[in-house]
Amino acid sequence: MESFVNRYRNLTILLLVIFAQFLLLALQVKNDQDVRIIRVWTVTAVTPFARVVELLRGGSVGFFRNYILLRDEDAENRRLREQVGHLKLENIFLKNEVNTAERAKALGVFQARVPSKTLAATVIGAGAGSNAKVVYVDAGSTRGVERGMAVVTPDGIVGKVIAAYPTASEILLATDTDFAAGVVSQDGAVRGTLKGQGTPLLKVDYVPIQEKVQVGQWFYTSGDDRIFPRGFPVGVVRSVRDAQPFKEILLDPAGLQHGLEDVLIITQGVHQDIPPTPVTDQPVYIAPSPPDESKPASPAAAGAAPASPPITEADKLRLEYQASGDAQGHKFGSGAYSEPNFSGIGTTLPQKPAPAAAAPAAAPPPAVPAAASPKPATGATTRTTDVTRHSNQANGEPAGSTKR
Amino acid sequence: MAYSSGRMLLSQSDGPVSRFRAWVFVVIPLLAILFQVYVPLFFPVLSFLEMPLLVVVYLSLTQRSQVGGLFTGALIGLAQDSLSKNPLGMFGICKTLVGYFAASVGVHFNVDNTVIRLFLSFLFYFFHQTLYWVMQRMLLAQQPPFDYQSWILFGALNAVVGVFLFHFLDKLRAAA
Repeated sequence: MESFVNRYRNLTILLLVIFAQFLLLALQVKNDQDVRIIRVWTVTAVTPFARVVELLRGGSVGFFRNYILLRDEDAENRRLREQVGHLKLENIFLKNEVNTAERAKALGVFQARVPSKTLAATVIGAGAGSNAKVVYVDAGSTRGVERGMAVVTPDGIVGKVIAAYPTASEILLATDTDFAAGVVSQDGAVRGTLKGQGTPLLKVDYVPIQEKVQVGQWFYTSGDDRIFPRGFPVGVVRSVRDAQPFKEILLDPAGLQHGLEDVLIITQGVHQDIPPTPVTDQPVYIAPSPPDESKPASPAAAGAAPASPPITEADKLRLEYQASGDAQGHKFGSGAYSEPNFSGIGTTLPQKPAPAAAAPAAAPPPAVPAAASPKPATGATTRTTDVTRHSNQANGEPAGSTKR
Repeated sequence: MAYSSGRMLLSQSDGPVSRFRAWVFVVIPLLAILFQVYVPLFFPVLSFLEMPLLVVVYLSLTQRSQVGGLFTGALIGLAQDSLSKNPLGMFGICKTLVGYFAASVGVHFNVDNTVIRLFLSFLFYFFHQTLYWVMQRMLLAQQPPFDYQSWILFGALNAVVGVFLFHFLDKLRAAA
Protein backbone atom coordinates (compact mmCIF):
# COMPACT_ATOMS: atom_id res chain seq x y z
CA MET A 1 0.00 0.00 0.00
CA GLU A 2 2.78 2.37 0.99
CA SER A 3 4.68 1.67 -2.18
CA PHE A 4 1.52 2.24 -4.18
CA VAL A 5 1.03 5.63 -2.60
CA ASN A 6 4.68 6.50 -3.12
CA ARG A 7 4.52 5.45 -6.72
CA TYR A 8 1.43 7.54 -7.39
CA ARG A 9 2.24 10.29 -4.94
CA ASN A 10 1.36 13.18 -7.24
CA LEU A 11 -1.88 11.59 -8.36
CA THR A 12 -2.80 10.85 -4.76
CA ILE A 13 -2.24 14.45 -3.74
CA LEU A 14 -4.28 15.61 -6.71
CA LEU A 15 -7.17 13.37 -5.75
CA LEU A 16 -6.98 14.52 -2.14
CA VAL A 17 -7.04 18.20 -3.09
CA ILE A 18 -9.91 17.68 -5.51
CA PHE A 19 -11.79 15.63 -2.95
CA ALA A 20 -11.31 18.32 -0.31
CA GLN A 21 -12.73 20.93 -2.64
CA PHE A 22 -15.65 18.69 -3.53
CA LEU A 23 -16.36 18.36 0.17
CA LEU A 24 -16.18 22.13 0.52
CA LEU A 25 -18.60 22.52 -2.36
CA ALA A 26 -20.98 19.89 -1.06
CA LEU A 27 -20.99 21.52 2.35
CA GLN A 28 -21.98 24.86 0.88
CA VAL A 29 -24.58 23.49 -1.50
CA LYS A 30 -26.18 21.20 1.08
CA ASN A 31 -26.36 23.74 3.89
CA ASP A 32 -26.87 26.68 1.56
CA GLN A 33 -24.24 28.47 3.58
CA ASP A 34 -21.03 30.09 2.62
CA VAL A 35 -17.60 29.33 4.02
CA ARG A 36 -17.32 32.92 5.02
CA ILE A 37 -13.88 32.94 6.54
CA ILE A 38 -12.08 32.16 3.27
CA ARG A 39 -13.96 34.90 1.47
CA VAL A 40 -13.24 37.36 4.28
CA TRP A 41 -9.53 36.60 4.05
CA THR A 42 -9.45 37.01 0.32
CA VAL A 43 -11.56 40.16 0.20
CA THR A 44 -9.59 41.71 3.04
CA ALA A 45 -6.35 40.88 1.27
CA VAL A 46 -7.44 42.16 -2.13
CA THR A 47 -9.44 45.24 -1.10
CA PRO A 48 -6.46 47.42 -0.07
CA PHE A 49 -4.79 46.81 -3.41
CA ALA A 50 -8.03 47.53 -5.24
CA ARG A 51 -8.34 50.79 -3.29
CA VAL A 52 -4.80 51.78 -4.24
CA VAL A 53 -5.44 50.97 -7.88
CA GLU A 54 -8.69 52.95 -7.81
CA LEU A 55 -6.89 55.84 -6.13
CA LEU A 56 -4.21 55.82 -8.80
CA ARG A 57 -6.78 55.60 -11.56
CA GLY A 58 -8.88 58.41 -10.14
CA GLY A 59 -5.79 60.55 -9.67
CA SER A 60 -4.59 59.91 -13.18
CA VAL A 61 -7.97 60.63 -14.71
CA GLY A 62 -8.29 63.78 -12.64
CA PHE A 63 -4.83 64.92 -13.66
CA PHE A 64 -5.50 64.46 -17.34
CA ARG A 65 -8.93 66.06 -17.14
CA ASN A 66 -7.56 69.02 -15.26
CA TYR A 67 -4.67 69.27 -17.61
CA ILE A 68 -6.95 69.32 -20.61
CA LEU A 69 -9.29 71.76 -18.90
CA LEU A 70 -6.40 74.00 -18.00
CA ARG A 71 -5.25 73.94 -21.57
CA ASP A 72 -8.73 74.94 -22.70
CA GLU A 73 -8.82 77.60 -20.07
CA ASP A 74 -5.53 78.95 -21.18
CA ALA A 75 -6.76 79.24 -24.74
CA GLU A 76 -9.91 80.90 -23.56
CA ASN A 77 -7.85 83.25 -21.47
CA ARG A 78 -5.97 84.44 -24.48
CA ARG A 79 -9.21 85.03 -26.36
CA LEU A 80 -10.74 86.82 -23.46
CA ARG A 81 -7.68 89.02 -23.01
CA GLU A 82 -8.18 90.23 -26.49
CA GLN A 83 -11.91 90.71 -25.99
CA VAL A 84 -12.79 91.61 -22.44
CA GLY A 85 -9.44 91.72 -20.69
CA HIS A 86 -9.29 90.74 -17.10
CA LEU A 87 -12.94 90.03 -16.35
CA LYS A 88 -12.29 86.34 -16.88
CA LEU A 89 -11.47 85.48 -13.29
CA GLU A 90 -14.66 87.00 -12.10
CA ASN A 91 -16.63 85.05 -14.66
CA ILE A 92 -15.09 81.81 -13.45
CA PHE A 93 -15.84 82.76 -9.88
CA LEU A 94 -19.47 83.44 -10.66
CA LYS A 95 -19.87 80.25 -12.64
CA ASN A 96 -18.40 78.17 -9.85
CA GLU A 97 -20.60 79.87 -7.34
CA VAL A 98 -23.78 79.24 -9.27
CA ASN A 99 -22.87 75.65 -10.13
CA THR A 100 -22.13 74.82 -6.53
CA ALA A 101 -25.38 76.29 -5.39
CA GLU A 102 -27.31 74.39 -8.04
CA ARG A 103 -25.75 71.13 -7.01
CA ALA A 104 -26.65 71.75 -3.39
CA LYS A 105 -30.20 72.49 -4.47
CA ALA A 106 -30.47 69.41 -6.64
CA LEU A 107 -29.19 67.18 -3.85
CA GLY A 108 -31.84 68.66 -1.63
CA VAL A 109 -34.43 67.78 -4.24
CA PHE A 110 -33.20 64.22 -4.50
CA GLN A 111 -32.96 63.73 -0.76
CA ALA A 112 -36.38 65.20 -0.26
CA ARG A 113 -37.72 62.77 -2.83
CA VAL A 114 -36.06 59.75 -1.23
CA PRO A 115 -37.01 59.41 2.41
CA SER A 116 -34.88 56.28 2.91
CA LYS A 117 -31.56 56.50 4.71
CA THR A 118 -28.72 55.88 2.31
CA LEU A 119 -25.00 55.34 2.47
CA ALA A 120 -22.86 56.33 -0.49
CA ALA A 121 -20.22 53.93 -1.73
CA THR A 122 -17.79 53.72 -4.59
CA VAL A 123 -17.45 50.69 -6.83
CA ILE A 124 -13.91 49.34 -6.51
CA GLY A 125 -14.03 46.09 -8.40
CA ALA A 126 -16.02 43.57 -10.37
CA GLY A 127 -16.56 39.89 -9.64
CA ALA A 128 -13.69 37.60 -10.56
CA GLY A 129 -15.75 35.29 -12.74
CA SER A 130 -15.60 36.01 -16.43
CA ASN A 131 -19.39 36.29 -16.66
CA ALA A 132 -19.89 37.72 -13.18
CA LYS A 133 -22.62 40.26 -12.60
CA VAL A 134 -21.35 41.33 -9.22
CA VAL A 135 -19.33 44.34 -8.12
CA TYR A 136 -17.54 45.29 -4.96
CA VAL A 137 -18.02 48.63 -3.20
CA ASP A 138 -15.81 50.24 -0.61
CA ALA A 139 -18.40 50.30 2.18
CA GLY A 140 -18.53 47.25 4.40
CA SER A 141 -20.02 45.99 7.62
CA THR A 142 -17.96 48.46 9.64
CA ARG A 143 -20.00 51.24 8.04
CA GLY A 144 -23.27 49.51 8.74
CA VAL A 145 -23.80 47.61 5.53
CA GLU A 146 -25.64 44.33 5.93
CA ARG A 147 -26.46 41.46 3.62
CA GLY A 148 -29.74 41.98 1.82
CA MET A 149 -29.65 45.77 1.67
CA ALA A 150 -30.82 47.39 -1.53
CA VAL A 151 -28.42 49.33 -3.73
CA VAL A 152 -29.65 52.19 -5.90
CA THR A 153 -28.55 55.25 -7.79
CA PRO A 154 -30.68 58.32 -8.31
CA ASP A 155 -31.49 56.84 -11.72
CA GLY A 156 -32.86 53.56 -10.42
CA ILE A 157 -32.13 50.30 -8.68
CA VAL A 158 -28.73 48.69 -9.09
CA GLY A 159 -28.82 45.45 -7.13
CA LYS A 160 -28.57 44.15 -3.61
CA VAL A 161 -25.84 43.38 -1.12
CA ILE A 162 -25.13 39.65 -1.07
CA ALA A 163 -22.14 39.78 1.27
CA ALA A 164 -20.87 42.43 3.65
CA TYR A 165 -17.23 42.18 4.62
CA PRO A 166 -15.51 44.53 7.05
CA THR A 167 -13.97 46.73 4.37
CA ALA A 168 -16.11 46.02 1.32
CA SER A 169 -19.43 44.64 0.20
CA GLU A 170 -20.41 42.43 -2.68
CA ILE A 171 -23.31 43.66 -4.77
CA LEU A 172 -25.36 41.35 -6.97
CA LEU A 173 -26.37 43.44 -9.97
CA ALA A 174 -29.92 43.44 -11.25
CA THR A 175 -28.71 41.90 -14.49
CA ASP A 176 -27.52 38.73 -12.79
CA THR A 177 -29.58 35.61 -13.34
CA ASP A 178 -29.93 35.12 -9.59
CA PHE A 179 -31.47 38.55 -9.07
CA ALA A 180 -35.19 39.00 -8.48
CA ALA A 181 -37.35 41.82 -7.15
CA GLY A 182 -41.00 42.72 -7.00
CA VAL A 183 -42.02 45.44 -9.46
CA VAL A 184 -45.15 47.31 -10.37
CA SER A 185 -46.00 49.42 -13.38
CA GLN A 186 -46.24 53.15 -13.01
CA ASP A 187 -50.02 53.16 -13.02
CA GLY A 188 -50.01 50.37 -10.45
CA ALA A 189 -52.05 48.08 -12.66
CA VAL A 190 -49.42 45.49 -13.49
CA ARG A 191 -47.40 43.58 -10.95
CA GLY A 192 -44.60 41.18 -11.70
CA THR A 193 -41.27 39.79 -10.67
CA LEU A 194 -38.15 41.39 -12.04
CA LYS A 195 -35.45 38.93 -13.05
CA GLY A 196 -31.94 39.36 -14.35
CA GLN A 197 -31.02 37.43 -17.44
CA GLY A 198 -27.26 37.78 -17.62
CA THR A 199 -27.77 40.28 -20.43
CA PRO A 200 -28.12 44.07 -20.31
CA LEU A 201 -31.92 43.80 -20.32
CA LEU A 202 -34.12 42.80 -17.39
CA LYS A 203 -37.20 40.63 -17.58
CA VAL A 204 -40.52 41.13 -15.81
CA ASP A 205 -41.99 37.70 -15.23
CA TYR A 206 -45.33 36.34 -14.08
CA VAL A 207 -47.41 39.02 -15.79
CA PRO A 208 -50.61 37.47 -17.20
CA ILE A 209 -51.05 37.90 -20.94
CA GLN A 210 -54.33 39.75 -20.53
CA GLU A 211 -52.56 42.62 -18.74
CA LYS A 212 -51.83 45.68 -20.85
CA VAL A 213 -48.22 46.77 -20.93
CA GLN A 214 -46.85 49.24 -23.41
CA VAL A 215 -43.38 49.97 -24.66
CA GLY A 216 -42.02 53.03 -22.90
CA GLN A 217 -43.95 52.35 -19.72
CA TRP A 218 -42.01 52.68 -16.47
CA PHE A 219 -41.76 50.02 -13.79
CA TYR A 220 -41.02 50.74 -10.15
CA THR A 221 -40.18 48.63 -7.14
CA SER A 222 -43.31 47.37 -5.43
CA GLY A 223 -41.78 46.82 -2.00
CA ASP A 224 -43.15 43.28 -1.86
CA ASP A 225 -39.71 41.70 -1.79
CA ARG A 226 -38.80 43.37 1.51
CA ILE A 227 -35.51 44.44 -0.03
CA PHE A 228 -36.29 47.45 -2.17
CA PRO A 229 -38.61 50.06 -0.71
CA ARG A 230 -41.61 50.83 -2.89
CA GLY A 231 -41.30 53.56 -5.45
CA PHE A 232 -37.76 53.29 -6.81
CA PRO A 233 -37.52 53.40 -10.59
CA VAL A 234 -36.50 50.09 -12.13
CA GLY A 235 -36.57 50.61 -15.86
CA VAL A 236 -38.55 51.39 -18.93
CA VAL A 237 -40.21 48.76 -21.08
CA ARG A 238 -38.16 48.02 -24.17
CA SER A 239 -40.31 45.25 -25.64
CA VAL A 240 -43.47 43.33 -24.84
CA ARG A 241 -44.42 40.00 -26.32
CA ASP A 242 -47.24 37.60 -25.58
CA ALA A 243 -45.87 34.24 -24.56
CA GLN A 244 -47.16 31.25 -22.68
CA PRO A 245 -48.17 31.32 -19.93
CA PHE A 246 -47.03 34.89 -19.19
CA LYS A 247 -46.10 38.01 -21.05
CA GLU A 248 -42.46 38.44 -21.98
CA ILE A 249 -41.53 41.97 -20.90
CA LEU A 250 -38.01 43.29 -21.26
CA LEU A 251 -36.83 46.42 -19.47
CA ASP A 252 -33.96 48.77 -19.92
CA PRO A 253 -32.51 49.02 -16.40
CA ALA A 254 -32.54 52.67 -15.39
CA GLY A 255 -29.92 52.39 -12.66
CA LEU A 256 -27.28 50.78 -14.84
CA GLN A 257 -27.58 52.96 -17.91
CA HIS A 258 -24.82 55.42 -17.13
CA GLY A 259 -22.23 53.00 -15.80
CA LEU A 260 -21.52 52.32 -12.17
CA GLU A 261 -19.15 54.46 -10.19
CA ASP A 262 -20.98 55.67 -7.11
CA VAL A 263 -24.00 53.95 -5.61
CA LEU A 264 -26.25 54.42 -2.62
CA ILE A 265 -26.86 51.56 -0.21
CA ILE A 266 -30.23 51.85 1.47
CA THR A 267 -29.54 51.27 5.13
CA GLN A 268 -33.06 52.04 6.24
CA GLY A 269 -35.72 51.77 3.59
CA VAL A 270 -38.86 53.86 3.59
CA HIS A 271 -41.65 53.09 1.15
CA GLN A 272 -42.70 55.97 -1.01
CA ASP A 273 -45.34 56.71 -3.57
CA ILE A 274 -44.73 55.98 -7.17
CA PRO A 275 -44.32 59.32 -8.93
CA PRO A 276 -46.97 60.18 -11.50
CA THR A 277 -44.36 61.07 -14.10
CA PRO A 278 -41.16 59.25 -15.05
CA VAL A 279 -38.13 60.31 -13.05
CA THR A 280 -36.42 61.85 -15.99
CA ASP A 281 -39.35 64.19 -16.66
CA GLN A 282 -39.65 65.54 -13.16
CA PRO A 283 -38.84 69.21 -12.75
CA VAL A 284 -35.77 70.14 -10.76
CA TYR A 285 -35.67 73.32 -8.81
CA ILE A 286 -33.03 75.70 -10.08
CA ALA A 287 -31.97 78.59 -7.91
CA PRO A 288 -32.45 82.08 -9.30
CA SER A 289 -29.60 83.95 -10.92
CA PRO A 290 -27.23 85.71 -8.54
CA PRO A 291 -27.99 89.38 -7.98
CA ASP A 292 -26.13 92.15 -9.72
CA GLU A 293 -22.51 92.06 -8.59
CA SER A 294 -22.20 95.84 -8.77
CA LYS A 295 -24.56 96.27 -5.84
CA PRO A 296 -23.15 95.64 -2.37
CA ALA A 297 -24.59 92.37 -1.15
CA SER A 298 -22.45 91.51 1.83
CA PRO A 299 -22.89 93.36 5.07
CA ALA A 300 -19.17 93.03 5.70
CA ALA A 301 -18.36 94.49 2.33
CA ALA A 302 -20.92 97.21 2.28
CA GLY A 303 -20.73 98.11 5.88
CA ALA A 304 -24.48 98.22 6.09
CA ALA A 305 -27.39 95.83 6.35
CA PRO A 306 -28.41 94.36 3.00
CA ALA A 307 -31.63 95.43 1.41
CA SER A 308 -33.11 91.94 1.73
CA PRO A 309 -31.89 88.93 3.71
CA PRO A 310 -30.35 85.94 1.85
CA ILE A 311 -33.09 83.58 0.91
CA THR A 312 -31.47 80.79 -1.02
CA GLU A 313 -28.43 78.60 -0.65
CA ALA A 314 -27.01 80.30 -3.71
CA ASP A 315 -27.22 83.64 -1.96
CA LYS A 316 -25.65 82.27 1.17
CA LEU A 317 -22.84 80.67 -0.76
CA ARG A 318 -22.25 83.79 -2.78
CA LEU A 319 -22.01 85.81 0.40
CA GLU A 320 -19.49 83.36 1.77
CA TYR A 321 -17.37 83.75 -1.33
CA GLN A 322 -17.75 87.49 -1.18
CA ALA A 323 -16.75 87.66 2.46
CA SER A 324 -13.81 85.35 1.92
CA GLY A 325 -12.58 87.44 -1.00
CA ASP A 326 -13.02 90.66 0.95
CA ALA A 327 -11.18 89.25 3.92
CA GLN A 328 -8.25 88.52 1.64
CA GLY A 329 -8.37 91.98 0.14
CA HIS A 330 -9.59 90.77 -3.23
CA LYS A 331 -11.79 93.15 -5.18
CA PHE A 332 -14.14 91.34 -7.51
CA GLY A 333 -14.52 92.91 -10.89
CA SER A 334 -11.35 94.92 -10.62
CA GLY A 335 -9.61 92.70 -13.12
CA ALA A 336 -6.69 92.00 -10.83
CA TYR A 337 -5.17 88.59 -11.46
CA SER A 338 -4.73 87.68 -7.82
CA GLU A 339 -6.87 84.64 -7.22
CA PRO A 340 -8.23 84.44 -3.66
CA ASN A 341 -8.11 81.19 -1.71
CA PHE A 342 -11.62 79.71 -1.44
CA SER A 343 -10.61 76.39 0.11
CA GLY A 344 -12.57 76.97 3.30
CA ILE A 345 -15.81 77.74 1.51
CA GLY A 346 -18.67 75.31 1.79
CA THR A 347 -17.76 73.80 5.15
CA THR A 348 -20.47 75.71 6.89
CA LEU A 349 -23.24 74.76 4.51
CA PRO A 350 -26.17 72.96 6.10
CA GLN A 351 -26.43 69.29 5.16
CA LYS A 352 -29.93 69.49 3.90
CA PRO A 353 -30.94 72.70 2.23
CA ALA A 354 -34.47 73.72 3.05
CA PRO A 355 -35.53 76.40 0.64
CA ALA A 356 -39.02 76.71 1.96
CA ALA A 357 -37.96 77.07 5.58
CA ALA A 358 -35.72 80.01 4.77
CA ALA A 359 -38.43 81.97 3.05
CA PRO A 360 -38.50 85.52 4.41
CA ALA A 361 -41.34 87.95 4.62
CA ALA A 362 -40.40 89.27 1.22
CA ALA A 363 -41.70 87.21 -1.69
CA PRO A 364 -39.10 84.64 -2.77
CA PRO A 365 -38.07 84.35 -6.38
CA PRO A 366 -40.10 81.76 -8.29
CA ALA A 367 -38.85 78.21 -8.71
CA VAL A 368 -38.00 77.41 -12.28
CA PRO A 369 -38.57 73.83 -13.42
CA ALA A 370 -35.48 72.67 -15.32
CA ALA A 371 -37.55 70.79 -17.84
CA ALA A 372 -39.57 73.88 -18.57
CA SER A 373 -36.81 76.45 -18.72
CA PRO A 374 -35.42 76.82 -22.24
CA LYS A 375 -31.79 77.50 -21.39
CA PRO A 376 -31.46 78.66 -17.83
CA ALA A 377 -29.53 81.77 -17.14
CA THR A 378 -27.54 79.77 -14.65
CA GLY A 379 -26.39 77.64 -17.51
CA ALA A 380 -27.05 74.27 -15.94
CA THR A 381 -29.32 71.34 -16.46
CA THR A 382 -29.02 69.33 -13.29
CA ARG A 383 -28.56 65.57 -13.18
CA THR A 384 -28.93 64.17 -9.74
CA THR A 385 -26.38 61.43 -10.44
CA ASP A 386 -23.58 63.91 -10.74
CA VAL A 387 -24.87 65.92 -7.91
CA THR A 388 -24.41 63.65 -4.94
CA ARG A 389 -20.64 63.63 -4.76
CA HIS A 390 -20.14 67.30 -5.51
CA SER A 391 -22.72 68.39 -3.03
CA ASN A 392 -21.18 66.29 -0.34
CA GLN A 393 -17.87 67.91 -1.04
CA ALA A 394 -19.47 71.31 -0.96
CA ASN A 395 -20.93 70.41 2.39
CA GLY A 396 -17.52 69.60 3.71
CA GLU A 397 -18.15 65.87 3.75
CA PRO A 398 -15.71 63.41 2.19
CA ALA A 399 -16.51 62.24 -1.29
CA GLY A 400 -18.71 59.19 -1.18
CA SER A 401 -20.68 59.90 1.95
CA THR A 402 -24.31 60.83 1.97
CA LYS A 403 -26.34 61.35 5.07
CA ARG A 404 -29.71 62.66 5.81
CA MET B 1 18.10 28.84 -23.24
CA ALA B 2 20.24 25.92 -22.27
CA TYR B 3 18.61 23.74 -24.88
CA SER B 4 17.38 24.23 -28.35
CA SER B 5 14.03 25.94 -28.49
CA GLY B 6 13.38 24.05 -31.71
CA ARG B 7 13.03 20.73 -29.89
CA MET B 8 9.51 19.90 -28.89
CA LEU B 9 9.95 16.79 -26.75
CA LEU B 10 12.04 16.57 -23.63
CA SER B 11 13.17 13.63 -21.59
CA GLN B 12 12.44 13.64 -17.87
CA SER B 13 15.84 15.09 -17.04
CA ASP B 14 16.00 17.37 -20.03
CA GLY B 15 15.57 21.13 -19.88
CA PRO B 16 15.86 23.54 -16.99
CA VAL B 17 13.43 23.74 -14.10
CA SER B 18 12.56 27.39 -13.72
CA ARG B 19 13.11 29.01 -10.38
CA PHE B 20 11.29 32.08 -9.27
CA ARG B 21 11.83 34.27 -6.30
CA ALA B 22 9.23 33.78 -3.62
CA TRP B 23 7.55 37.13 -4.20
CA VAL B 24 6.73 36.16 -7.76
CA PHE B 25 4.41 33.43 -6.49
CA VAL B 26 2.54 35.99 -4.42
CA VAL B 27 2.63 39.13 -6.52
CA ILE B 28 1.90 37.68 -9.96
CA PRO B 29 -1.23 35.73 -8.92
CA LEU B 30 -2.37 38.73 -6.90
CA LEU B 31 -1.93 41.01 -9.89
CA ALA B 32 -3.77 38.54 -12.08
CA ILE B 33 -6.71 38.45 -9.67
CA LEU B 34 -6.68 42.23 -9.34
CA PHE B 35 -6.72 42.46 -13.11
CA GLN B 36 -9.71 40.12 -13.22
CA VAL B 37 -11.51 42.12 -10.57
CA TYR B 38 -10.68 45.61 -11.67
CA VAL B 39 -10.03 45.91 -15.39
CA PRO B 40 -13.39 44.60 -16.69
CA LEU B 41 -15.05 47.24 -14.55
CA PHE B 42 -13.77 49.96 -16.85
CA PHE B 43 -13.04 47.93 -19.97
CA PRO B 44 -15.84 45.36 -20.19
CA VAL B 45 -14.50 44.27 -23.54
CA LEU B 46 -11.54 42.72 -21.71
CA SER B 47 -13.70 40.55 -19.49
CA PHE B 48 -12.96 37.56 -21.72
CA LEU B 49 -9.39 37.50 -20.41
CA GLU B 50 -8.77 34.79 -17.82
CA MET B 51 -5.58 36.15 -16.32
CA PRO B 52 -5.62 33.85 -13.27
CA LEU B 53 -5.87 30.86 -15.59
CA LEU B 54 -2.99 32.05 -17.74
CA VAL B 55 -0.86 32.58 -14.64
CA VAL B 56 -1.71 29.09 -13.38
CA VAL B 57 -0.78 27.63 -16.76
CA TYR B 58 2.47 29.54 -16.89
CA LEU B 59 3.62 28.80 -13.36
CA SER B 60 2.71 25.14 -13.69
CA LEU B 61 4.36 24.71 -17.07
CA THR B 62 7.59 26.30 -15.96
CA GLN B 63 7.77 24.69 -12.52
CA ARG B 64 7.51 21.20 -14.01
CA SER B 65 6.21 19.97 -10.66
CA GLN B 66 2.80 18.37 -10.63
CA VAL B 67 2.29 18.92 -6.91
CA GLY B 68 3.42 22.53 -7.19
CA GLY B 69 1.16 23.03 -10.20
CA LEU B 70 -1.93 21.63 -8.56
CA PHE B 71 -1.45 23.67 -5.40
CA THR B 72 -0.82 26.82 -7.42
CA GLY B 73 -4.03 26.17 -9.31
CA ALA B 74 -6.00 25.37 -6.17
CA LEU B 75 -4.93 28.52 -4.34
CA ILE B 76 -5.50 30.86 -7.26
CA GLY B 77 -8.79 29.17 -8.05
CA LEU B 78 -10.03 29.44 -4.48
CA ALA B 79 -9.03 33.09 -4.35
CA GLN B 80 -10.97 33.66 -7.55
CA ASP B 81 -13.92 31.77 -6.07
CA SER B 82 -13.82 33.98 -3.01
CA LEU B 83 -14.30 37.04 -5.19
CA SER B 84 -17.13 35.58 -7.21
CA LYS B 85 -20.67 34.79 -6.18
CA ASN B 86 -20.30 31.06 -6.76
CA PRO B 87 -19.61 28.51 -4.03
CA LEU B 88 -15.97 28.03 -3.12
CA GLY B 89 -14.35 25.26 -5.08
CA MET B 90 -15.72 25.77 -8.58
CA PHE B 91 -12.75 27.65 -9.95
CA GLY B 92 -10.58 25.84 -7.40
CA ILE B 93 -11.23 22.39 -8.82
CA CYS B 94 -10.92 23.56 -12.43
CA LYS B 95 -7.64 25.32 -11.85
CA THR B 96 -6.28 22.49 -9.70
CA LEU B 97 -6.71 20.16 -12.64
CA VAL B 98 -5.35 22.71 -15.06
CA GLY B 99 -2.29 23.22 -12.86
CA TYR B 100 -1.70 19.47 -12.57
CA PHE B 101 -2.05 18.78 -16.27
CA ALA B 102 -0.01 21.82 -17.24
CA ALA B 103 2.81 20.70 -14.99
CA SER B 104 2.56 17.21 -16.49
CA VAL B 105 2.85 18.70 -19.96
CA GLY B 106 5.77 20.82 -18.83
CA VAL B 107 7.67 17.71 -17.88
CA HIS B 108 7.45 16.27 -21.37
CA PHE B 109 7.44 19.25 -23.71
CA ASN B 110 9.64 22.18 -24.40
CA VAL B 111 7.23 24.80 -23.15
CA ASP B 112 9.43 27.69 -24.23
CA ASN B 113 8.30 27.12 -27.76
CA THR B 114 5.86 29.84 -28.78
CA VAL B 115 3.66 27.56 -30.85
CA ILE B 116 3.31 25.09 -27.99
CA ARG B 117 2.50 27.90 -25.58
CA LEU B 118 -0.14 29.20 -27.94
CA PHE B 119 -1.67 25.77 -28.33
CA LEU B 120 -1.53 24.93 -24.63
CA SER B 121 -3.07 28.23 -23.58
CA PHE B 122 -5.95 27.65 -25.95
CA LEU B 123 -6.34 24.02 -24.91
CA PHE B 124 -6.33 24.75 -21.19
CA TYR B 125 -8.77 27.64 -21.61
CA PHE B 126 -11.19 25.39 -23.45
CA PHE B 127 -10.67 22.61 -20.90
CA HIS B 128 -11.24 25.07 -18.04
CA GLN B 129 -14.44 26.46 -19.53
CA THR B 130 -15.81 23.04 -20.39
CA LEU B 131 -15.06 21.65 -16.93
CA TYR B 132 -16.61 24.70 -15.31
CA TRP B 133 -19.71 24.29 -17.45
CA VAL B 134 -19.99 20.61 -16.52
CA MET B 135 -19.59 21.39 -12.83
CA GLN B 136 -22.22 24.12 -13.01
CA ARG B 137 -24.68 21.62 -14.43
CA MET B 138 -23.74 18.63 -12.32
CA LEU B 139 -22.96 20.20 -8.97
CA LEU B 140 -24.96 23.42 -8.87
CA ALA B 141 -27.92 22.29 -11.00
CA GLN B 142 -27.62 25.40 -13.13
CA GLN B 143 -28.37 25.55 -16.83
CA PRO B 144 -25.64 27.65 -18.43
CA PRO B 145 -25.52 27.67 -22.23
CA PHE B 146 -22.90 25.50 -23.94
CA ASP B 147 -21.40 28.40 -25.82
CA TYR B 148 -18.49 26.60 -27.44
CA GLN B 149 -18.17 29.14 -30.23
CA SER B 150 -17.43 31.90 -27.76
CA TRP B 151 -15.05 29.63 -25.92
CA ILE B 152 -13.12 28.92 -29.09
CA LEU B 153 -12.91 32.61 -29.92
CA PHE B 154 -12.00 33.67 -26.40
CA GLY B 155 -9.62 30.74 -26.09
CA ALA B 156 -7.77 31.94 -29.16
CA LEU B 157 -7.64 35.49 -27.83
CA ASN B 158 -6.46 34.30 -24.43
CA ALA B 159 -3.82 32.19 -26.12
CA VAL B 160 -2.47 35.19 -28.00
CA VAL B 161 -2.43 37.28 -24.83
CA GLY B 162 -0.88 34.33 -23.02
CA VAL B 163 2.07 34.19 -25.40
CA PHE B 164 2.93 37.79 -24.68
CA LEU B 165 2.27 37.38 -20.97
CA PHE B 166 4.51 34.30 -20.80
CA HIS B 167 7.22 36.17 -22.63
CA PHE B 168 7.03 38.92 -20.04
CA LEU B 169 6.96 36.48 -17.13
CA ASP B 170 10.02 34.69 -18.58
CA LYS B 171 12.03 37.73 -17.59
CA LEU B 172 11.20 37.10 -13.93
CA ARG B 173 12.67 33.64 -13.83
CA ALA B 174 16.20 32.46 -13.61
CA ALA B 175 17.21 29.01 -14.81
CA ALA B 176 18.61 26.83 -12.05
